[in-house]
Amino acid sequence: MIRTKPDDALQILAPDGTVVDPQARQALDLGDEDLRAMYRAMLVTRAVDLEATALQRQGELAVYPPVLGQEAAQIGSAYALGEEDFVFPSYREVGVAVVRGIDLVEYMHFHRGTRHGGIADPLGSHFAEISVPVSSQVLHAVGWALGARLDGKNACAVVYFGDGATSQGDFHEGCNFAGVLRCPVVFFCQNNQWAISVPVQKQTAAPIWKKAEAYGFPGVRVDGNDVLAVYKVSREAVARAREERVPTLIEAVTYRMGPHSTADDASRYRSREDVDSWQAFDPLERFRRLLESEGLLDPGFLNRAEADAGAEAAKVRAGIQGAQPRPLEGFFDHTFSEMPDFLARQREEVVRLTTEEGEGA
Amino acid sequence: MPEVTMVQALNEALRFAMGEDDRVLVLGEDVGKLGGVFRITDRIQAEFGEARVFDTPLAESAIAGVSLGLAMAGWRPVAEMQFDAFSYPALDQVISHVAKYRFRSVGAVDVPVVIRIPCGGGIGAAEHHSESPEAYYVHTSGLKVAIPSTPLDAFNLLVRSIRDPDPVIFLEPKSRYWSKESGELSPDGLPFGRARTVREGSHATLVAWGGMVARCLQAANAAAEDGVEVEVLDLRTLVPLDIEGLANAARKTGRIVVVHEAPMTAGFGAEVVARIVEDAFEYLEAPVLRVTGYDIPYPPAKVEEHYLPSVDRILIALEKVLSF
Repeated sequence: MIRTKPDDALQILAPDGTVVDPQARQALDLGDEDLRAMYRAMLVTRAVDLEATALQRQGELAVYPPVLGQEAAQIGSAYALGEEDFVFPSYREVGVAVVRGIDLVEYMHFHRGTRHGGIADPLGSHFAEISVPVSSQVLHAVGWALGARLDGKNACAVVYFGDGATSQGDFHEGCNFAGVLRCPVVFFCQNNQWAISVPVQKQTAAPIWKKAEAYGFPGVRVDGNDVLAVYKVSREAVARAREERVPTLIEAVTYRMGPHSTADDASRYRSREDVDSWQAFDPLERFRRLLESEGLLDPGFLNRAEADAGAEAAKVRAGIQGAQPRPLEGFFDHTFSEMPDFLARQREEVVRLTTEEGEGA
Repeated sequence: MPEVTMVQALNEALRFAMGEDDRVLVLGEDVGKLGGVFRITDRIQAEFGEARVFDTPLAESAIAGVSLGLAMAGWRPVAEMQFDAFSYPALDQVISHVAKYRFRSVGAVDVPVVIRIPCGGGIGAAEHHSESPEAYYVHTSGLKVAIPSTPLDAFNLLVRSIRDPDPVIFLEPKSRYWSKESGELSPDGLPFGRARTVREGSHATLVAWGGMVARCLQAANAAAEDGVEVEVLDLRTLVPLDIEGLANAARKTGRIVVVHEAPMTAGFGAEVVARIVEDAFEYLEAPVLRVTGYDIPYPPAKVEEHYLPSVDRILIALEKVLSF
């Protein structure tokens, strides 16, 4: 099978953690504490992600899409953002949520099936609701970016999507719109090689990053498992968006180590060997080796970071286990800004029936 | 009072809304220099500037999805879909996001998006330019749906739609674009959710919206020549629907005919009939009938007059409910 190896893309770290581009490494505006914070975020993401998969197996989550293997793509790009920038996620962005300080229990309510959206305060946290219809969120990011430009804000939108999303019309409409109207937006594609069971070679006949040329803005392919390279290209894209109002399409080549979701059986369409071959590109291991070689992984920090990761996972478990949804009548309250009569009638019926049930029990 | 057409009234409504709130934007295909293919946005770009009034690439899904993003950035976009059937590429954005974002965010995000759609037939237009898509939008929870039938109400309803914190699908009946009315343009007319009695009558009631209100008036006037007094009710907004107004119509005349351009099956007329039956069955003197477009795709312009509800078809239905 033909496969896009990460080696084809822009790299700073080789898979074994050695620096292949010392000049780029030196030029990064990241101090020791930044590097440690990024590693910590990757540990937290992996711990929360594995915990979420376990929670699904135990019946606490309805379904969960693991992010395993994509931590560098998410942490590297999210770390390049400023507070004013706005994230538009798909449904597999728990790593970005970790960096942006999103309430992960509320986030997991989405996957538990107790609320939609999953983000408590999208406008305040600059993190949009989880978006499931593939690539639909691309247009919201472009719209927000246009709005920010009209306000003269020094901010950009970053939209996350996968390789499959690049086949959708909304992706193309969004890129074209942003190019023409000079919207400060970063299109961040995590090419994880698989759209459920369909490999990227069956998704598109051209490299994803090259599609940018057709829309009149730069495209770049980066090793998505190299957190520093992802950070570098994201930082450049964010600056280009904010300062020049020019979008960028980033293709971060990575690999979905887990199934599409906990409801998927990946063994039906890909071999164990194929998955195993990507173990050598594990993004956490690669970054750990770099930090080790730079003397940043003293046992004190490492113990603390690992304890933090465990604690975050435990916090998610404690918060989501047995969590209840709002009662159904509560869902009537936010269909419109004010309750119209015809909905009030239906709401009354729900209240009446559930109260009667309660009394009968 | 000077006469205004619906086109002029809608144009004035946009200027009024943009003047009172500098967060209002106008976007769509050809809305800038051209002023829209129907000239609804005529000279608005010259008056308010290219930042607030701009042409988009020819991509309806983008127009809808970008509008939601603009709303999230604190703007109040008024988007134009050039024709009824060209709103279909945007249905996913409208149904899955524009309509649901308030619900999905548990009330954290207002969605003050207006999507204007010229609708309906009767003007000899090309294929895909004469459809009545109201049922698709009405069936989507979270959307309000307005459809004026006169110039003055078009002004009133459009300003109200733009002020509304919820998404509004604003349907503009093309067959009434050049109809004229005298009176003061004011946003203080009837609110959403209230039907308007266009003509009083005691023997039967015609219920309609948009382009069919005028047709019903013609039928009522024809019936009056035979001594039959027909009331005409203009629903104005389909969501929210004036359920009480429909029940009152049943109480008053007990004989009701619903008229719409869209095909019959699962058209909004079915909803009107169901509401009347549920709330005012005991007042009915006859089955509620429907006069609608037929269940075929909208036909070519040269035969559309036989497809759209005609005065004769409405009179036949009135005769049926009156003689039941």
